[in-house]
Amino acid sequence: MIHIKIRKKLDKKKYTLMAVISFLIILSAWYIASASGAIGEIFLPKPQNVIRYYIRAFSDGSLWENSKISIYRITLGFIYAVILGVPVGILTGTFKKIEAVVRPLCEFIRYMPVPAFLPLIMVWIGIGENAKVTVIFIGTFFQLVLMVADDAMSVPDDLINASYTLGTNTREAIFKIIIPAMMPRLMDTLRMMIGWAWTYLVSAELVAADTGLGYTILKSQRFLKTDAIFAGIILIGLLGLITDRLFALVNKKLFHWAEGG
Amino acid sequence: MPLLKTRKNNLPEQNSHIEANLANSKIYVKDLCKVYHTAKGDIVAMKDININILENEFVSIVGPSGCGKSTLLRMIAGLDKATSGQIVINDRHIIGPGADRGMVFQSYTLFPWMTVSENIKFGLKLRKVPPREQEEIAERYLKVIRLEKFKNSYPKELSGGMKQRVAIARALANSPEVLLMDEPFSALDPQTRADMQLLIRQIWQMEKPTIVFVTHDIEEAIFLSNKIYVLTSSPGTVKKEVPVLLPYERELSLKDTEKFIQYRKEVNALIEHKSL
Repeated sequence: MIHIKIRKKLDKKKYTLMAVISFLIILSAWYIASASGAIGEIFLPKPQNVIRYYIRAFSDGSLWENSKISIYRITLGFIYAVILGVPVGILTGTFKKIEAVVRPLCEFIRYMPVPAFLPLIMVWIGIGENAKVTVIFIGTFFQLVLMVADDAMSVPDDLINASYTLGTNTREAIFKIIIPAMMPRLMDTLRMMIGWAWTYLVSAELVAADTGLGYTILKSQRFLKTDAIFAGIILIGLLGLITDRLFALVNKKLFHWAEGG
Repeated sequence: MPLLKTRKNNLPEQNSHIEANLANSKIYVKDLCKVYHTAKGDIVAMKDININILENEFVSIVGPSGCGKSTLLRMIAGLDKATSGQIVINDRHIIGPGADRGMVFQSYTLFPWMTVSENIKFGLKLRKVPPREQEEIAERYLKVIRLEKFKNSYPKELSGGMKQRVAIARALANSPEVLLMDEPFSALDPQTRADMQLLIRQIWQMEKPTIVFVTHDIEEAIFLSNKIYVLTSSPGTVKKEVPVLLPYERELSLKDTEKFIQYRKEVNALIEHKSL
């Protein structure tokens, strides 16, 4: 008799309930640990202090300003990565010769730690806004190319073959079959990549920044203001989650035709 | 993707003398060989395949798995390359895939982002057929496959049998010179499968397209065709050409008649049954 079934269905209400409970458990564990005094304020701030920090930083406008500049950096770095990475990825996933050139290179570079590029970026690009955007770009571009290539390769051979027997040439097969067929997966890839872009924010704002959420966290560390660090980390997480959900929503609307969608 | 490699033509393109001088020969396959080069040496998969398909014929190709029947069909479609030999369609050598040879695949190949009607019109749109004409042709084939009500549905809303019906309509709407079918019903349940056999036979009787039908189902081949090529395996080659002399009007009850059973026995005997 199997008691724990694999992939057993769970209705949406229960799913949401369990998700909410998991957050509540973490929150209350946090509250108890900090309120009981078991862990010092320097190591673990009280939740109410973090909330107080939010109220203060939002009302003086600093948190909003910092969020805005961070969102701007991420969006720009991400857009550059998409503009360059998507076409390169599609070509990589479509032509073996291009793949032979692009894939090994990307596989190699994507393992290089982005923060290690910071000194180089400062030398090459300087310390202005472009440097921060470049960090986001480097962090996402190589990964994006590889994932888009896989998306293009996931289009079934017979779908392309069927189009050939209906009269497409190579160019038409790419634009009329491969690209539309891979769209839902591509958008999913972009959704994941923008999530990753958020994780590079702190690295990006290591570069001589005096604004931004990542910078706020770094500055707070210098003064051991753990409540501000917590506030910054949680806000980045939230903003990442919101972008992710927005992408998911748009995907569902746009690609209603996708199987299993 | 290897499919998009620029196709190197290894079939003779020059006007070598084409020996298919039969008045109405549609597809002519001569001495076709396929050799796979592997690390362990060459494997001859197909050897000296000779086939002649006449205009308006419904021809089935049957054989044990691994005899290369699907590969042969893909070669005619231009999706696979032969090592040597010729494939001629209406006096033209095949060098790659084209709209003159429509194909229905075993897997579902409808374009999921297009509605049923858009799928059917795809080839016409490529050829820049005027929109009104596209619409008329789509309507006509929707009627043929009896899916008028589903013209604005997306493939994910269709059953397997319906998807294959649309795939047939999409291929026929493009008015190809031949219709190639690669085990198109093998993923369907027996009931749907029987319905599909009737439908494709009716379509053939109405429109008389030249059809080459690959299947591993002997009954299906007999029920549908005017002629069956039986292939053997390792290496794949034509064992026998069996003309099917059954009534023109065919109902499913035909499968129970003595003559049909005789054909089934004959074809069955031709296919080697390897002991497991």
